[in-house]
Amino acid sequence: MVELWDIYAWPTIVIAFYVILIVAPLLGAVAYLTLAERKVIGWMQLRKGPNVVGPFGLLQPMADGIKLFFKETIVPASANRAMFYLAPIVTFVLSLIAWAVIPFDAGLVLSNINVGILYLFAISSLGVYGIIMAGWSSNSKYAFFGALRSAAQMISYEVSMGFVIITVLMFVGSLNLSDIVEAQSGGFWNWHFFGILFPMFIIFFISTLAETNRAPFDLPEAEAELVSGYNVEYSAMTFAMFFLGEYANMILMAAMTSILFLGGWMAPVDMAPFNWVPGPIWFALKIASCLFVFLWIRATFPRYRYDQLMRLGWKVFLPFSLLWVVVVGGWLIVMDKVPGS
Amino acid sequence: MAFFDRTLRGFLLTEIVQGMSLTLRAMFRAKHTINYPYEKGPLSPRFRGEHALRRYANGEERCIACKLCEAVCPAQAITIEAEPRADGSRRTTRYDIDMTKCIYCGYCQEACPVDAIVEGPNYEFATETREELYYDKEKLLANGDRWEAELAANIELDMPYR
Amino acid sequence: MIVQALAFYMFSFVAVAAGVLVIAARNPVHSVLFLILAFFNAAGLFVLMGAEFLAMVLVIVYVGAVAVLFLFVVMMLDINFVELRRGVLQYLPIGALIGILLLVELLVVLGGWVVIPQAASNAAAPIPPLDQVTNTQAIGRIIYTDYFYLFQAAGLILLVAMIGAIVLTLRKRPGVRRQKIADQLDRKASDAIEIVKVTTGSGI
Repeated sequence: MVELWDIYAWPTIVIAFYVILIVAPLLGAVAYLTLAERKVIGWMQLRKGPNVVGPFGLLQPMADGIKLFFKETIVPASANRAMFYLAPIVTFVLSLIAWAVIPFDAGLVLSNINVGILYLFAISSLGVYGIIMAGWSSNSKYAFFGALRSAAQMISYEVSMGFVIITVLMFVGSLNLSDIVEAQSGGFWNWHFFGILFPMFIIFFISTLAETNRAPFDLPEAEAELVSGYNVEYSAMTFAMFFLGEYANMILMAAMTSILFLGGWMAPVDMAPFNWVPGPIWFALKIASCLFVFLWIRATFPRYRYDQLMRLGWKVFLPFSLLWVVVVGGWLIVMDKVPGS
Repeated sequence: MAFFDRTLRGFLLTEIVQGMSLTLRAMFRAKHTINYPYEKGPLSPRFRGEHALRRYANGEERCIACKLCEAVCPAQAITIEAEPRADGSRRTTRYDIDMTKCIYCGYCQEACPVDAIVEGPNYEFATETREELYYDKEKLLANGDRWEAELAANIELDMPYR
Repeated sequence: MIVQALAFYMFSFVAVAAGVLVIAARNPVHSVLFLILAFFNAAGLFVLMGAEFLAMVLVIVYVGAVAVLFLFVVMMLDINFVELRRGVLQYLPIGALIGILLLVELLVVLGGWVVIPQAASNAAAPIPPLDQVTNTQAIGRIIYTDYFYLFQAAGLILLVAMIGAIVLTLRKRPGVRRQKIADQLDRKASDAIEIVKVTTGSGI
């Protein structure tokens, strides 16, 4: 019995505690990301953004959450009930489980698996299921159009994202996320952001925009044509789950960008005032600046047309990232920097 | 050279950077937001808001029940019934405006020969039920009494253009 | 060990059950979703075997891309189930015949199956030892050395399939006005707009 406790029960409790430690701040961050989005876009459009609920509108996410929580969940009569309920749950859960492998500091990671980056890539590619299921089960043409667009879009951009990840992996020589960050230690000039991988950073960032269905690639939920697309039939908590899942995915993608290109938890300069600040703070700062660019782009650019989106993905990003895989490979050999040789 | 120029501009994302710098600069500019319930924007004297029936200075109602407004109303929101009063003057016994039908076109006040029905500067008359938006003569006259100062000033200001 | 055994039985049971439901489900969309469930459980079994690279690749390729396209197509089908079941009896004999033939072939193959003598020692000592290299590296070493030509051949087959699909679907339609993006990018504001200061009453 003692053995059962020591080997199974206690570790389970510890892991559950860690999970709560990760998920609770994440949900808080999601709540305040929605506020930040409205604020930043407001400022860029010469508005003030929400400023009534609480000081500077800081309690606005609470108000929104309470509103969504107490509204009535409406299921369309002709919807496929089981899948209709399953879709938001899938989206939400997928956006949370990916955080299991994100390293917040050296050794500070829930599950330090060997194939961390592949795990992240797999989870992000599964995100399309929630949307597809929502679109199909709603039995509404707008939702279905949104789902179809989303499926095509996410698959297209995953391909070039995969090549970008390959170029980074060629530099690092490991699929482990902690190793990827460690490979960028020393100072900001060692980050993958600077140097030959910079074009890959741009492509990766734009692909994450497409992957998270953010402007200017928010065709699946284009409010002007599809009246918010795949989630048009959702209300109350089911809608809130989509909302949370989507924003958690944004944060996840920003975290992925920080890990792959911006040196994860590393301080920009490994010197006195900078390395006093703990790693998770640097990591959070990097995520926050990536998210700011997400919002900034949304405030700046109009939505892409569908064929332009496909052209960009298949005719620009894919050939270019493929070319860059070859270029980076050659560069590594010429500079004699092949890892593990 | 044009090809080179275009390719370079394309790959350096110059236009994207230009656009983004514009929005970034806008972020630090002064904001135009008006804190609505506390601050309000200026209104034109011609603003067409909530309806009101006006009175003369001696307290006599202006409306003479000519029914021109009822006839001109494109939404058919106005209903008027009239008969001679005890002193022989022709007055309305009923003057209803269905505010849920009204499209705020202002034809009624254009049609009115005695400036009785006017659209005032008030736009904050939302209600919780539809019934409250079926205005009767009493309500309209009360509106007129309440907004008379503004209404008179607005008509005065608009006079030179008529 | 108990947990691993339990996990194994759970994954394998769900995988088999999902596999059965793929062909048993009435709604084709549900079939595809059960197929995805089966893929997931197969990935779980890979993880239990210590082959996490294969598990992740299975999820990325099959669940993340192939099954999405399946779902994509199946969702757009407008299937009339009554219509589908109409000809069952008519096609039953020939279908059963093909099924029996396949079963016989499988039995013949299974009957002639000989396990090579080294198999036991190979399985006992996976090359190279798992605690020294990750299985990502292990699979890379095998693919890019022993099976290099087969690997290249697989790539060539895929390339041929891709070219074939493009050749079959590509058609040039005459008289179509296309967007010329290069021309659009070439255009500058100064090419399109001229700002003229006009004094009042003089015209341009």
